[in-house]
Amino acid sequence: MKKLLLSTAMLAVSALPGFAQGYTPDPNAKTGGAITITYKDDVATLDPAIGYDWQNWSMIKSLFDGLMDYVPGTTELRPGLAESYEISEDGTVFTFTLRAGVKFHNGREMTAEDVKYSLDRVTTPETQSPGAGFFASIAGFDAISAGEADTLSGVEVIDPLTVKISLSRPDATFLHVMALNFASIVPKEAVDEHGTDFGKHPVGTGAFKLDEWTIGQRLVFAKNEDFWREGVPYLDALTFEVGQEPIVALLRLQQGEVDVPGDGIPPAKFQEVMGDPAQAARVVEGGQLHTGYITLNVGIEPLDQLPVREAINMAINKTRITQIINGRAVPATQPLPPSMPGYTEGYEGFSFDIEAAKAKLAEAGLADGFTTELYVMNTDPNPRIAQAIQQDLKAIGVDVEIRSLAQANVIEAGGAGAAPMIWSGGMAWIADFPDPSNFYGPILGCAGAGEGGWNWSKFCDENIDAMAIEADSMTDPSAPERLEMWSETYMKVMEQAPWVPVFNEQRYTMKSERMGGDDALYVDPVSIPVNYDYVYVTE
Amino acid sequence: MAGYLFRRLFQSALILLGVSFITFVLLYVLPADPVRQIAGRSATAQTVENIRQQLGLDQPFLVQYWRYVSGLVQGDMGRSYLQKTEVSTLIAARLPASLLLMAGGIACELVIGLTLGVIAAVFRGRPLDQGLMVTSFVAVSAPQFVVGLLLLYVFAVQLGWFPIGGYGTAAHLVLPAVTLGIMGSGWYSRMMRSSMVEVLRQDYIRTARAKGLTRARILLHHALPNAILPIIAMIGIDIGIFMGGIVVVESVFGWPGIGQLAWQAIQRVDIPIIMGVTMVSATAIVLGNLLADLVTPMIDPRIKLR
Repeated sequence: MKKLLLSTAMLAVSALPGFAQGYTPDPNAKTGGAITITYKDDVATLDPAIGYDWQNWSMIKSLFDGLMDYVPGTTELRPGLAESYEISEDGTVFTFTLRAGVKFHNGREMTAEDVKYSLDRVTTPETQSPGAGFFASIAGFDAISAGEADTLSGVEVIDPLTVKISLSRPDATFLHVMALNFASIVPKEAVDEHGTDFGKHPVGTGAFKLDEWTIGQRLVFAKNEDFWREGVPYLDALTFEVGQEPIVALLRLQQGEVDVPGDGIPPAKFQEVMGDPAQAARVVEGGQLHTGYITLNVGIEPLDQLPVREAINMAINKTRITQIINGRAVPATQPLPPSMPGYTEGYEGFSFDIEAAKAKLAEAGLADGFTTELYVMNTDPNPRIAQAIQQDLKAIGVDVEIRSLAQANVIEAGGAGAAPMIWSGGMAWIADFPDPSNFYGPILGCAGAGEGGWNWSKFCDENIDAMAIEADSMTDPSAPERLEMWSETYMKVMEQAPWVPVFNEQRYTMKSERMGGDDALYVDPVSIPVNYDYVYVTE
Repeated sequence: MAGYLFRRLFQSALILLGVSFITFVLLYVLPADPVRQIAGRSATAQTVENIRQQLGLDQPFLVQYWRYVSGLVQGDMGRSYLQKTEVSTLIAARLPASLLLMAGGIACELVIGLTLGVIAAVFRGRPLDQGLMVTSFVAVSAPQFVVGLLLLYVFAVQLGWFPIGGYGTAAHLVLPAVTLGIMGSGWYSRMMRSSMVEVLRQDYIRTARAKGLTRARILLHHALPNAILPIIAMIGIDIGIFMGGIVVVESVFGWPGIGQLAWQAIQRVDIPIIMGVTMVSATAIVLGNLLADLVTPMIDPRIKLR
């Protein structure tokens, strides 16, 4: 398993002027040309404070920039609109020096005032940003989110190119947070002009600008000629065609009409595509920051007993489940996916062992088994996976009734704590940013265990929570001690077995023959399906 | 006539009010919290409460319903939860495509259905007639999803005669319109056949034949206009049937109409869009039926409106 580590060089607690971008542009890259990407669903919004689905995430990334960014194709942080930054000794004050001469798509130069405005905007309740909570460590967050203040007291404009952000507590993930789309810098005048429709008229500093949006049909992005990074983007235009069924998109790709099917290869066609060498050669495979799991609600009998949860962990045949999805995943042993820093190498988890599982049930006094419910989202392949789980548990005497519901209904049941077991497929956790803490707080920590939270196991262990908080108060997100501590945290979680980690999905991006650029750009961990700013066409 | 029209319009308004109420209740009792969907998985309890208040979803059911209906009367269909846009804007942007597709579908089913119906009637009882009636039965029963993909594969991918889905030119319209029209053409061919068989038995046809008119003239000038009358009135009712069909056909062909919008909204529980499309479709169905009732007496004087 590969283990991606953040560059330690950039985390030095000092100014880093002119520091390496960590990425060498492709010498073979050709400038010009346009590509077509298809999607089934309409694009919801391009407002960086609102957009939070995997479809608009990478589109927003190409239209907007934040102070921080990632090296293309990796999980390595690099400065974005900030040229450099300094972190105070105690890790609570971040001083960012902005790049000079960066222009918004409307021609105006970006300044520190825009940074302040953008952070105020994303945290103020009127914006209804789903990402507001990420900024909770900035001083003054509580006041603004309670509607008691109009501005974040922790964000100070020092001069037009310097902004100082004070945190109310050390937050190792803060630089990652500043690389989230939610932290994108937006111009006030454009937001004021379009109001709540800013998401349909986005104005940013990104590599592309929105040129055309015909609702229900297509969006066209045009190259930003004034983009502040030298030499990119290579493409002159991106056309996103929406309303295209994945199966139709694949047919059009085979005819050369489409360059990237945004929804991926339809499951029904997967084996056909991979079995044809000509087509398989155009598929790029990579890991993704995803784990599919079964939550075991520790508040519902008999799942409140540890031996029962261990028995279920041992009874699930993960290899067979990965076969159900044509092997598009690798069996998981722990909450973190293998490509996430902090992943515990060598940990084997609970191995598949029916006899041991039965013994555990007997230990809990349930040798005859019991009856429980499994909630699952009703789109393929999830009901089939649920049936496999049902069969596996039948083998140890546990009768599972499957509740197959729409996504929103499963989320509701999970949040309310009403579901004994949930298969996470279709709602599974994909990291917001490549840091181990992102798999804990909302889905395994006490913070998410309340009514409506995403911790569907309702698992809350205060000792483990304390460890997580300690790990996150370190200044350097990639410090080996911190990653070690996170690894230990997840091992402690596994001792309590609130989840059955089932598999980590692999990503398969298909592209047309003429698409060029490093394979890593087609499985970029933060830009799904591809990193539009760095790919190019060869003809 | 004016009294009849007034009464029917009043009834239509009541029906629409009922539809809005029932749909609103169904979406209200749905065990899915729209606020949680908007707020996302990282939201704090405070954010969730703020959003609930801003959308008025903390209000009792009747207050929420009253707000919706009074907005609706003024043409305000609310804002989409997930697309963050006025529902009326989304529907207005997509309605022309759906109307075009429906017009295409109606044209297809009439041309195919009526032609086959006449041929079957003329050759009634013979193998051609039987073959056509079996075909029409298949056409009525074939799932549109399958028909659509089949047509797409054969005529767009293999033969390359038409574009593979999409919207914009007349060529784009052909396959979706045929897919939508095929089911109706099955019905129409059967109805046309029986109507035509009925007419061909009438005395005036025998008289025409006795006069020595040509077979073609009898068919086209005497039989067809009389046989077609009862069928024309059906078109209004078709609009309602098509409202269901466009959801499937638009999804298969990537046709940017309101059916596709509805399908996406249902999957994501975007309640304002589901309400909006339901109301627009219900209005179309009610008006279509009204139109059918109004047209019938014009083409058949034996029917009187009261």
